[in-house]
Amino acid sequence: MSANAALLLAVLASSFLPGLVIFLLPERQVALRTALNLAGAISKLALVSVLLDGVYRGETYAFRHAVLPGLELALKADALGLLFISLSAILWLLTTLYAIGYLEGAPHRSRFFGFFSLCVTATMGIAMAGNLFTFFVFYELLTLSTFPLVVHRGTAQAMQGGTVYLRYTLLGGALLLAGSVWLQHLLGHTEFAHAGIVAGLGAEQAGALRLIFFLLIAGLGVKAALVPLHGWLPQAMVAPAPVSALLHAVAVVKAGAFGIARVIYEVYGVEFAQSQGLLQPLAWLAAATIVWGSVRALFQDDLKKRLAFSTVSQVSYIALGLALFGPVATVGGLVHLVHQGIMKITLFFCAGNYAETLGIHKVSQMRGAGRRMPLTTLAFSIAALGMMGAPLTAGAVSKAWLMDGARAAGSDWAVWVLWASSLLNAAYFLPILWQAWFGRASSAWPDEHIAARGWRETAWLLLLPPLVTAAATLAVGIGAATSWSPLAWAQLIAAREYLAAAP
Amino acid sequence: MIDAQQAALVGLILLPLASGAAAFLLGPGRGAGLCIASQAAALFFALQLADSVLAGDIARHRIGGWGAPLGIDLTADGLAAAMLLLTQAVALPLALYARAYFRPDSAEVRYFWPLFGLLLAGLNALFVSTDLFNLYVTLELVGLAAVGLVGIGGGALQIAAALRYLFATLLGSGAYLLGVALIYGAYGSVAVASLTPLVAAEAPTLVGLAAGLMLLGLLLKTALFPCHYWLPPAHGGAAAPVSALLSALVVKASFYLILRLWLGPLAPLTASHPLLPWLPALLGAGAILWGSWQAIRAPRLKTMIAYSTVAQLGYLFLIFPLLGTPGGRAAGILHAVAHGLAKAAMFTAAGVLIKATGQDRIAALAGAAQQLPLTLFAFGLAGVTLMGLPPSAGFLAKWQLLDAALGQGYWGIVLITLSGGLLAAVYVFRVLRQAFLLTSSKTTVAPVPRTLEWTAFGLAGASLLLGLRGVELVELLAVWGWE
Repeated sequence: MSANAALLLAVLASSFLPGLVIFLLPERQVALRTALNLAGAISKLALVSVLLDGVYRGETYAFRHAVLPGLELALKADALGLLFISLSAILWLLTTLYAIGYLEGAPHRSRFFGFFSLCVTATMGIAMAGNLFTFFVFYELLTLSTFPLVVHRGTAQAMQGGTVYLRYTLLGGALLLAGSVWLQHLLGHTEFAHAGIVAGLGAEQAGALRLIFFLLIAGLGVKAALVPLHGWLPQAMVAPAPVSALLHAVAVVKAGAFGIARVIYEVYGVEFAQSQGLLQPLAWLAAATIVWGSVRALFQDDLKKRLAFSTVSQVSYIALGLALFGPVATVGGLVHLVHQGIMKITLFFCAGNYAETLGIHKVSQMRGAGRRMPLTTLAFSIAALGMMGAPLTAGAVSKAWLMDGARAAGSDWAVWVLWASSLLNAAYFLPILWQAWFGRASSAWPDEHIAARGWRETAWLLLLPPLVTAAATLAVGIGAATSWSPLAWAQLIAAREYLAAAP
Repeated sequence: MIDAQQAALVGLILLPLASGAAAFLLGPGRGAGLCIASQAAALFFALQLADSVLAGDIARHRIGGWGAPLGIDLTADGLAAAMLLLTQAVALPLALYARAYFRPDSAEVRYFWPLFGLLLAGLNALFVSTDLFNLYVTLELVGLAAVGLVGIGGGALQIAAALRYLFATLLGSGAYLLGVALIYGAYGSVAVASLTPLVAAEAPTLVGLAAGLMLLGLLLKTALFPCHYWLPPAHGGAAAPVSALLSALVVKASFYLILRLWLGPLAPLTASHPLLPWLPALLGAGAILWGSWQAIRAPRLKTMIAYSTVAQLGYLFLIFPLLGTPGGRAAGILHAVAHGLAKAAMFTAAGVLIKATGQDRIAALAGAAQQLPLTLFAFGLAGVTLMGLPPSAGFLAKWQLLDAALGQGYWGIVLITLSGGLLAAVYVFRVLRQAFLLTSSKTTVAPVPRTLEWTAFGLAGASLLLGLRGVELVELLAVWGWE
């Protein structure tokens, strides 16, 4: 095996092996468990940065292993995959830190961190999958390893959320499996390649290809929470805050959105998909999801539920960008994959802080929270403003590219959808900010159990991650034009995809 | 001269037989170490055999130097080698498990080891026999040893289940024997090698009847829906190591024979009508739906797992319309192997849960995830294989089956396979959800030997890891020696 192939396996192993060891650790080995978690997360970051450098220089990374004749597990690292990998690897480190603080003293931490590591391994596999078969393998692994996290608390409500989660994701998995096998049957392989692989099949398979596209998008749409497949996401908010971060930003919904990108660009090829009229319905569906998610978010009093519906809406920005035909929209969609992750993880970290520190779970309880927890509320405000698309934030960059892309694609209706969404975002976020900063605090918090000490309004492990991600929200927004920004990387991907598509 | 290959062939039969007999002579409850050692040697032989067959070398041995049609021929091709390997790979951990599971003075262990040896000898002999009457003898050996194992505890329910099982297995082997007699009457031979060309040349109506009898008898022994009535009480009621042996291996033996006959000497008959392969497939589909439904409803853990076996056996028959394609065949055998490992893991894990909590209602498993995490993990991993989710051998089987079915345009099979996986998820997660629930009162859990937990985990892990090594298995199956 070459060094490049080994590097891909090492990226997987850097979370898989610590996960296995953590499973076997007794509950009281806190220091060792923490050390393993951090060593895994940091070594993964180091490995990913080597990959980033290599891919930028045009190096190829590939690993193959046949499991059946004609069926191979294939891993590769390309620009698109690395966009997702870097996001997940960075956010994994922050979420691990946060989870260590969040779960301090809680039971079953070995189990939690074990499955947590498996989850990240599955996400890395999804990002590095070289064909649809491998993608499916890790996609299902992700479903299986997140279930124990969703039901981690073991309450009846958690079980209910977990059951709904399984019902949606396993059904979606079955659809994705059907589509993948069918494609494998038609082509003899399911390799991801620039400009797609199905265009050569001939006109007599057009009907089958349309149906397969439907199956694949439906299977991926469950995780990406496209309406009407989004029902699990608000239910799954019963999970602990680090798991919500995982579901909403690091892994699960991103896996769905990322899969849609792979299917459109590297299985069907964006030109071919457009010529078959497959992209337009997807764009409409994404637009409907954007509006519907925002409207539902307006009426949620539970803070995490409001954020969950907001995710439903925001993740479909990605799908919309991917489905609008044209490189500008593509850049907008891809860059939002990263931007939405940074902003939404901030919001969930903050929601977790309010709940852990003061026992605040509902929007109506947030009056005056800004004065008690100014740093958390500052981070929350930055991320919320970013979601609305306020200038200087990451959200503004995504929205500008998406709107330009919509105009370039001749879909002016999508511009209106984005404006409407911005207004709705403001309508459900601004009241929270207003209440938190300017509202008068009631006499006692619902359940205060971390006392403020000087400037430290809560445990520092809970405070640090949202501040970092909030700063990142500003940094990627302000520094969007620099060569190290996610935007620059998304432009690199789009250039490679559309250049490859051109004859 | 006997070469290494032939030594392995003979050793696989004689080793368990000798260790079982020795265990009997040593007295009740003794001989565990001996049986484990002989099973380890058998596993080595099976590996060696599979390795040499993989090189394209079909193993043959003529007992006493007399060849067919007078003497008895033993043959191991790829399929037989695969089944032999599965059998030893499951039996060795189960032997370790059984030694830790039974209390040394309990009634259950009195005759366990002799029957265990006999069962294994019968199974191994069945996989390498190439003569219809000899196959009958091995079938009876397996059946009687299995019945004995079910009734071993001596409880009223177990005896009732054993008797019911006895009637079913005797009826099945009786029908098979009648068929063999008719075939002997028609052709004057029972050796497969000489029968195959004879049946191909001319098959009178009587031979059709004989074939029908043989296959029906074997279907009954395989517990294919709707002949499964005897399986849930027998597999659900026996001691955990016995349930594992029965569900993982014994039902596969008669399936193996059906497959052999269908593709071998009876092929001219089974190919005579294009709709004929759809009969087992239809029953298989019924088994998947009905078995899963019953598993979803079952209140007791082991009954649920037993019904899951009924359902999973359905997949083995779903492949019959696809047997003409190499993919279909591979899918069936992959599934048999995956299910063998996973079901053994699941029953052994269930045994641990039952031993620890003292009862086997699923509703009472709340909190098991906290007390017995390793066992529950094993149960979950086995469940992954049964659901056909990656990365597992069950998933490869499912993928292969879907691929083969799409190749022929059989949409019904695709639909049944996908829904079968989802139904399996319902009954597997029913248990897992219960186990993850928090308990208000601290349930007391009896300590269980670590061996039990680790063997269950090892079996489950094997069913998963096999999902990465499908190529070798498919290559092995391509070495076909029965035509």
